[in-house]
Amino acid sequence: MTALRERLQKVNPLWWQLGLLVLAILFPLPLGDYHRSVLWRTGLYIILGLSLNIIVGYAGLFQLGHAAFYALGAYTTALLNIHFGVPILLTLPVAILVGAVFGYLITRPILHLRGDYLCIVTIAFGEVVRLALVNNIFGITGGANGLSGIERPVLFGLVLRQPIYHYYLVLFFLVFTIFAVRRLENSRLGRAWMYIREDEVAAEAMGIDTVRVKLLAFIIGSGWAALAGSLYAAKITVVSPDQAKFLESVIMFCIVVLGGTGSIPGVFVGTLGMVTLPELSRALKDWRDAWLGLAMVTMMIARPEGLWPSRRIRMEIRAAKEEASVAPAAGN
Amino acid sequence: MQFLQQLVNGITIGAFYALVALGYTMVYGVLKLINFAHGDLFMWGAYLGLTGLTVALAALGYTTPWAILPVVIFVMTSVALMGVLVERIAYRPLRSAGRLAPVISALGVAFILESLARNVYGASWKTYPQGLTPSGGLVLAGGVRVSLMQIIVLVASFLLMAGLYLFVHRTRVGTAMRAVSLDHDVSRLMGVDVDRIIMIVFLIGPGLGGVAGLIVALYYGSFDFTLGWIFGLKAFIAAILGGIGNIPGAMLGGMLLGIIETLGAGYMSPQWKDVIAYIILILILIFRPTGLLGERVAEKL
Repeated sequence: MTALRERLQKVNPLWWQLGLLVLAILFPLPLGDYHRSVLWRTGLYIILGLSLNIIVGYAGLFQLGHAAFYALGAYTTALLNIHFGVPILLTLPVAILVGAVFGYLITRPILHLRGDYLCIVTIAFGEVVRLALVNNIFGITGGANGLSGIERPVLFGLVLRQPIYHYYLVLFFLVFTIFAVRRLENSRLGRAWMYIREDEVAAEAMGIDTVRVKLLAFIIGSGWAALAGSLYAAKITVVSPDQAKFLESVIMFCIVVLGGTGSIPGVFVGTLGMVTLPELSRALKDWRDAWLGLAMVTMMIARPEGLWPSRRIRMEIRAAKEEASVAPAAGN
Repeated sequence: MQFLQQLVNGITIGAFYALVALGYTMVYGVLKLINFAHGDLFMWGAYLGLTGLTVALAALGYTTPWAILPVVIFVMTSVALMGVLVERIAYRPLRSAGRLAPVISALGVAFILESLARNVYGASWKTYPQGLTPSGGLVLAGGVRVSLMQIIVLVASFLLMAGLYLFVHRTRVGTAMRAVSLDHDVSRLMGVDVDRIIMIVFLIGPGLGGVAGLIVALYYGSFDFTLGWIFGLKAFIAAILGGIGNIPGAMLGGMLLGIIETLGAGYMSPQWKDVIAYIILILILIFRPTGLLGERVAEKL
């Protein structure tokens, strides 16, 4: 009997995961192109959310300029394709590399900053990247209009034009991302991130090279955001500095924080609330900024651990609350 | 000569930054919170000023600069009340929740205020009524032009800042404010009503910010809903530059940022003006996170 239960427990997750995947594949089939595009966008932002989740959720580093890397990836694809005729799908690895290198260069000098100060510097970096794109830096970014005329990606002779193909392309990368992120979460590196998030001093005392581990979080997260940028460029065929807008960074940040920091299902829930719903409802679109803001304020007050938190974070926040109620409000 | 002219313009813009930076710095002083909503409260000052002026001029039936005076009082009180409301609703419940939850909440409030402004007033550029601001000016030695408006703006800003400085350093409430910024618990033990002091800070900071919004809108003549975010971020950079939590620091930082930005725009390229401000912020946080005049934040970083 117990042996059977153990076997069920072992088999179960795989089955329902497979079921979800089949559902994800079949779901867009009865829908029209518009809704397929909405699904595509949802998948894209889940990838972005998962990439930011590495930085914000696992390592606890506050990155509010993530959209800069998203834009860098898109521009890399656009430039390589327009000027050198490189096929779109071959530009993806280059985009990841560019994102990762910029992630390293930008975050290396600011790693020693904490919490709210890190927030501010990442905002500033994000804005610098956006303004550099707007100001047509090196004469290659096309200014405020961005770049257009990107080719369609071709896979085994099939030109990916319809939204459905792009949805499947994004779904493929999404499944790969989830797989990779779950492996990361339980790896030596993933545990080191969470250790740093919970207690940096203790982590350092245990022999974790905090600088290296934090840098890796930024490098991996930034590279992955750049991949999402490339996927965007592949469907829309136009890139513009708007992709690096602060609002985009905030949407990504909200996806992670509101869904539940450090939680993969949380990123799904966050994306539904922050991207899919406003996309589907006209009224919510006009008031999207207010909706974002309202969600941020109420969540922080009512449910700081997010809608679908990881077990670890929930315990952490509960413990902190109990501590706070024992020794109330140390002002400084 | 161009240099001196740029300097004069830079000082004027610097005075605006300084006025807004004061709000950031005071809140940071007592709550250790980056009040992202401050920039949007400032912007609401500009919008409410527009409404107030329109109503005042319609009631009077003719255009006179004296219409500005009651509008100043209207803007100051309403934005101050908004500030207190924001603190009550979005910050007070998070007083003991660590440092990051209030920052996210503040960012949320900023988005709500901006979205409200855009949906209530519309996304287009708003123009202030003509003929309210004096047009004369002085020409100093060497052809440097200082407009009467610039002089009025500077005098008004310096009066407000000097008043605030005296208030914080000479009155009982000001002393309590400084005590609260050092330590909430000990202040409470000394008989300071911490909640009341925080409320007063949220009256003064946004009140000044709202008036700054009115002055900026009068000076430039037009604005749109992005004013709050851009100007707010600049003012915040000014506060960091001078040393956040430090009132003279906010004034110094504002002036410096205004001057550097204007000179940079004049001698390099106006397109890169904002980038210069962000790079100053990044450099100051990397090399001297306490700012020019700050001392206390050092241990926190």
